[in-house]
Amino acid sequence: MKFDHTHFRQALLRTPFHDRFVELSTTEEWMAWNTYKVPRVVDKLPTEYFAVRSGCAVMDLTPMEKYRISGRGARDYLDRLVTRDISKLKAGRVTYVVWCNDEGKVIDDGTVFQLGENDYRLCAQHHQFDWLLMSARGFDVDIQVETHDVAALAVQGPTSWSVLAAAGISNLEQLKPFGIADLRCGDIPVTVSRTGYTGDLGYELWMDPANALQVWDAIFSVQGQYDIHAMGLSALEMVRIEAGFIMPGFDFNTAEATIRNGYDRSPFEVGLGWVVNLDKGHFTGRKALLAEKSRPAKRRLTKIVVDGNKPVGEAFIYDGKNGKQTGEIKCATWSPILKANLALADIEFINGRLPAQLWARIDYQRELKWHSAWAECHSHSKPFYVPEYRSATPPMRY
Amino acid sequence: MSNYDAIVIGAGHNGLTNAAYLAKAGLNVVVLEKNEYIGGAAVSRELHEGWKYSNCSYVCSMMRQALHRDLDLGRHGLLLVPYLGTINFGDGDERLFSYHDEQAAHLELKRHSPHDADAMHRFQSDLTRYSQLIRKTLLRTPPDPTSLRPRDIMEFLYLAKQFWKLGEKEIYEYVRFFTMSAADFLDDYFENDLIKAAMASPGIIGTALGVYSPGSSYILLHHVMGDVDGSIGAWGLARGGMGAISAALAGAAQEHGAEIRTNAGVQQVLVKNGKAVGVVLENGDEVYARIVVSNLDAKRTFTRIMEKNDLPDGIYEKARNFKIRGSSGKVNIALSGMPKFSGVPENRYINRGGQGFTGSMETMERAYDCWKRGRWSDDPFVESVIPSAWDPTVAPPGQHWMSNFVQYCPPELADGPWTPEKRDQFGQTVIDKIERYSPGFSDLIVHMEVRTPHEIEQEIGLTEGNIFQGELTIDQLFFNRPFPGYGQYRMPVRNLYMCGSSTHPGGGVSSACGANAAREILIDLRRPNTVPEDDFYDE
Ligand SMILES: Cc1cc2nc3c(=O)[nH]c(=O)nc-3n(C[C@H](O)[C@H](O)[C@H](O)COP(=O)(O)OP(=O)(O)OC[C@H]3O[C@@H](n4cnc5c(N)ncnc54)[C@H](O)[C@@H]3O)c2cc1C
Repeated sequence: MKFDHTHFRQALLRTPFHDRFVELSTTEEWMAWNTYKVPRVVDKLPTEYFAVRSGCAVMDLTPMEKYRISGRGARDYLDRLVTRDISKLKAGRVTYVVWCNDEGKVIDDGTVFQLGENDYRLCAQHHQFDWLLMSARGFDVDIQVETHDVAALAVQGPTSWSVLAAAGISNLEQLKPFGIADLRCGDIPVTVSRTGYTGDLGYELWMDPANALQVWDAIFSVQGQYDIHAMGLSALEMVRIEAGFIMPGFDFNTAEATIRNGYDRSPFEVGLGWVVNLDKGHFTGRKALLAEKSRPAKRRLTKIVVDGNKPVGEAFIYDGKNGKQTGEIKCATWSPILKANLALADIEFINGRLPAQLWARIDYQRELKWHSAWAECHSHSKPFYVPEYRSATPPMRY
Repeated sequence: MSNYDAIVIGAGHNGLTNAAYLAKAGLNVVVLEKNEYIGGAAVSRELHEGWKYSNCSYVCSMMRQALHRDLDLGRHGLLLVPYLGTINFGDGDERLFSYHDEQAAHLELKRHSPHDADAMHRFQSDLTRYSQLIRKTLLRTPPDPTSLRPRDIMEFLYLAKQFWKLGEKEIYEYVRFFTMSAADFLDDYFENDLIKAAMASPGIIGTALGVYSPGSSYILLHHVMGDVDGSIGAWGLARGGMGAISAALAGAAQEHGAEIRTNAGVQQVLVKNGKAVGVVLENGDEVYARIVVSNLDAKRTFTRIMEKNDLPDGIYEKARNFKIRGSSGKVNIALSGMPKFSGVPENRYINRGGQGFTGSMETMERAYDCWKRGRWSDDPFVESVIPSAWDPTVAPPGQHWMSNFVQYCPPELADGPWTPEKRDQFGQTVIDKIERYSPGFSDLIVHMEVRTPHEIEQEIGLTEGNIFQGELTIDQLFFNRPFPGYGQYRMPVRNLYMCGSSTHPGGGVSSACGANAAREILIDLRRPNTVPEDDFYDE
């Protein structure tokens, strides 16, 4: 994509799907996501949330930073970049990754798509070109920004496969979680991956921006058979917390953006120890992470359920009712499906362990009047909500 | 003959700040200013009816907000707004617009270099991190490294703690920062020439260093460590021009009881028995006080208004050799309308701010080459602002004034002394440069004021026209400013103090030098401190 300096006329870019969102938007609640204008809420938040959990929700993913990484050294390069062992990744597969600086602090997370031999796509939350190029010295790789050249749509929810099949995307039933397939929607080529940020059954569609509206229209053409909703980022925030996914730059400060010493976080500290493979050979940050591993853990981004139904916003966590402050809530949502307050909290460990008790001090409003209350919190090691059907192959047909 | 507790020589913004804090402590203070107007290099003057120029300094970012609040400068008429929307003109047709909106700014950089757009985030975080420690020191007196006094030791411990808080890696970075060039620093981040030039310009403003000279990266930091309402690195415009800052400070000082006399140039500091006791004015009047504070630069203080015999050995030489090379000119232009720039779309977000007319670091360095040879740059670095775009008090409606800061311009020319003709030729060089990017620009000119370092020295008494009252290189910074051993505002003669930009933390409209000096004076006079602590953003 070429920019000319008329872009100022619209401070934010429009995604190829933008016109459709405009047609559907009743709230006119827009927000900026990585230089694009996207809906916060399209129509009604609960509807969009329940579409993901009960039917089918469609969300614009185009603003996601996308980098194409190719060349003979691409695999070695990626293996050096990220903490996870990706040497066993195969063409047609996706894996979740995180990458660190030399101090072992998280720069960003994302997904690596192996599209073909020596051909990868890296999706990231934040701008990474600078870091990717710096890390590329000495590797035979070519790195291109393709954020603006690939349109992407998330189709998520229990009926998502049925919807896509009805919309004319066939041969999808055998696609396993984290698989990628080059398919067609009618006669339009689309790459489909069985991935998502919702914890539900779901797919992500990758296509040429020129074909974006046709694909959208094909999906929404089956609206008579299935209840399909366009979805904004607010609903995504709810479902991603339920699914236990973290958001760098929101739940913790990313290393490159950190100014204050100690405000950045290692993968262990944000609960991503499971994607760190210290045995795979050298990667950026390995030495620091090895050292960290040998010490008692200092803190952890912890999934917690907060008792009661008081709206949890920003709150401190204490090691007892009226106890010592030991952490803070980074993101929280009321889960309509679980009828519980879910949150991710950055909690300081005591002697390498989570404090035995966790209490949140919640300030909340009722009719504009502030109240304050204590609520006990319970840590959770697994994602809060994982529907069993989400990984069934073939998926359940509706 | 009159008797005061304190005489402040010079009504520069630091002199006024100093007077305000001394008066606030209950001292009987007089400020003696040679010009008929106050403000020194923070001044606004109406030289052509209807137009008010900020004759010297033109943008504000270093002003300590704690002082702003404490002296109630807002009530005394000061209003600082961030200025936005700078255009950087490439050596060719390229244009770089700086948008305020983060997303638009990112896209604009991406238009020039996708890499640099991303690298900007790293650059900004790094700069902010480096500036944190410097900001910590601004409203504090540098400790004396040779002293064992508890206060100096405590101050060193404080600094060590602040340093430690930055993290071990930053310690390496810091040392690098003070010694490397702006160009080398920027090469670590950017590839695009125009982006580099835009980012490099604070690295040469006011200094007699080039963008490739070691030390210029500190100059860059010095210019981005300030903030406007917490937006670090942002610059603001004072409504009514920079003179509004001095006027507000004068208002505060007078409210606390200080007396300000203009047309009262000081001829000499009177010293008796090794102590400063007062001054003789140019008109022969004598004024006496318990202490004397000089707002003049160090070279001027010790070589112009002090008797050599009154100084301990070696001080005269130190002052004479104080590095205070002038390098900057200023061209203030009254315009009958808003200039139109080529290659710039009609856009209300970008036509109203500043202009940078230097497209590459190479061009900056060529400009510096001329200075080294005792000539003004034939293709100068010009940094401009059009304050009238938003300020209704500085030009008639629909008409404008443009501030142009120019480098390089030497205090002395290789081919003989400055003359009014040469000054005007220098001005013409600047107009020609702007005309290149704004055809028809000259037709808009209603009036102009051209100032070379020569005029700056003559009018404000900044020796050699150096805008910082002395170069900001590490040999002349912190406890070495102005000279080693005299970093705490007390000067070699008892009861004599300095409070101008020649002292820590150096040049720029910050009021910090004046306030720091007041704190030290109040300690010596056993008065309660009136100077507040600074505000920070790091905790
Ligand atoms: C062209 C130019 C552009 C600048 N641009 C900026 C900018 O945009 N932003 C910024 O923050 N800084 C800028 N600066 C720097 C900044 O203006 C100065 O560092 C600052 O104003 C100096 O203040 P001061 O009070 O220390 O000294 P000065 O302003 O130098 O004050 C000294 C005072 O002493 C008086 N004086 C001199 N001799 C005598 C005497 N014998 N008797 C009595 N009085 C005397 C002078 O007239 C003057 O009023 C610029 C400076 C210049 C020259």
